[in-house]
Amino acid sequence: MRIFDPHIHMTSRTTEDYERMYSAGVRALVEPSFWLGQPRTSVGTFCDYFDAILGWEPFRASQFGIAHFATIGLNPKEANDPRCREVLDVLPRYLEKDRVVAVGELGYDSMTPEEEEVFEAQLALAVTHELPALVHTPHRDKLAGTRRTIDVVNASGLEPGRVLVDHLNEVTVGEVAGSGCWMGFSIYPDTKMDPHRMVAILKEYGLERIVVNSAADWGRSDPLLTLRTGEAMRAAGFSVDDVDRVLWRNPVEFYRQSGRLEIDDLDETVGAVAGATFEGNSVLRGSRD
Amino acid sequence: MTWTEEALRTVQEDASHVHVAFPGAARRARAEGVDGERLRIDLLLALPGDADAVAALVQEVYEHGDSAEKLAVLRALPELDHPTDRREAVGDRLLPVVRDALRTNDTRLVAAAMGPYARTHLEDTAWRQGVVKALFTGIPLAMVDGLDARRDDTLVRMVSDFADERRAAGREVPADAWLVLVDTPSTHHGRSLR
Repeated sequence: MRIFDPHIHMTSRTTEDYERMYSAGVRALVEPSFWLGQPRTSVGTFCDYFDAILGWEPFRASQFGIAHFATIGLNPKEANDPRCREVLDVLPRYLEKDRVVAVGELGYDSMTPEEEEVFEAQLALAVTHELPALVHTPHRDKLAGTRRTIDVVNASGLEPGRVLVDHLNEVTVGEVAGSGCWMGFSIYPDTKMDPHRMVAILKEYGLERIVVNSAADWGRSDPLLTLRTGEAMRAAGFSVDDVDRVLWRNPVEFYRQSGRLEIDDLDETVGAVAGATFEGNSVLRGSRD
Repeated sequence: MTWTEEALRTVQEDASHVHVAFPGAARRARAEGVDGERLRIDLLLALPGDADAVAALVQEVYEHGDSAEKLAVLRALPELDHPTDRREAVGDRLLPVVRDALRTNDTRLVAAAMGPYARTHLEDTAWRQGVVKALFTGIPLAMVDGLDARRDDTLVRMVSDFADERRAAGREVPADAWLVLVDTPSTHHGRSLR
């Protein structure tokens, strides 16, 4: 089973996680920039964080045979802090970078006017930089937040097919299914969604435009719940090809819209550790430049 | 005019355009059949201005860069240090970039930092640390420029001590240690590696 985790926060995870993920079949992932638990108070700390998920973290992932990409954006929670608003000014230079495959995570937290303004501004940046957008849906007032998210996307000029609306559940999936946006599900040990509920959703809605992620971070989460979902799909009668579509081809199709997902490289990494050792050429040459 | 030609021409006329062109340059060059890193290096070589101005811009590009961009800057250093009829050599002005790369844990950056520019400009203490770091992190010493020319007694002593430490721990001594220890008076390595 080959797995592309389209949403996981590896800066919060250990090298042991990378080893377990590789053993489970994870060969590529996307790390969205997000809220770190502790509020940030200046633009500089955002820049260091963006640099880390575009520099050190891809290098760390490569040592374990996993291709690492990122999404860059100002998250909704910190969009409310005026000290962090200047992050919008540094985004253009980050959104040009080779490993940035979407703008994100964007969206609403408490649905304030500030959040909406920053959300809209970043959807406009996605259009300018020809990137898709990864949009998070709020934990509280989720259904209303999801509807409003779709309204904002529709008004943005960004095609719905270039937008992935994430952290969906049984209540919100229908809204997004009808919008033309991609549907993301974060499989958690006991909250957002679990493998068996996910299988039920796949049975009802089909496999098109659906991606599954672990969204593993510094909270209670598990990077292998993508694999567990694949296993639950097989147990429920889905074919090997169905599992491959949900866990690999769908996320590849979504992020490939960036034009920056080196898909040939990804295919090469499947089944072989293309790690950052000097045995291969990769380290000597750096990236594929 | 291709994107590549346009980018080079614009940077020649307006140095600050390098900040716009550099981050996305590699994939756009590849799309036009041009080597991405080579274009990035050429963009830096095209920067107009005196050595101070060019060095300041290059350092900014490095500081704003992801790993691939930083690698391109490090690999441009020898050429930036070579004067042409329209540009003076940057001299040792870009040593801060080398020092930054040597502080990282990214072996690609460390290896690129130990190239010809470091050989020419980096002072002995930092250069020796760079060699031992390369050995320590598995970077082939063939990637360290000028190893034979700059190798001195202190470096031999450091590598000999490193070998002792590995042997004391029952661990393998990297074969490349010999590139430093070979042909030196036996007082150090004879004791360490036999």
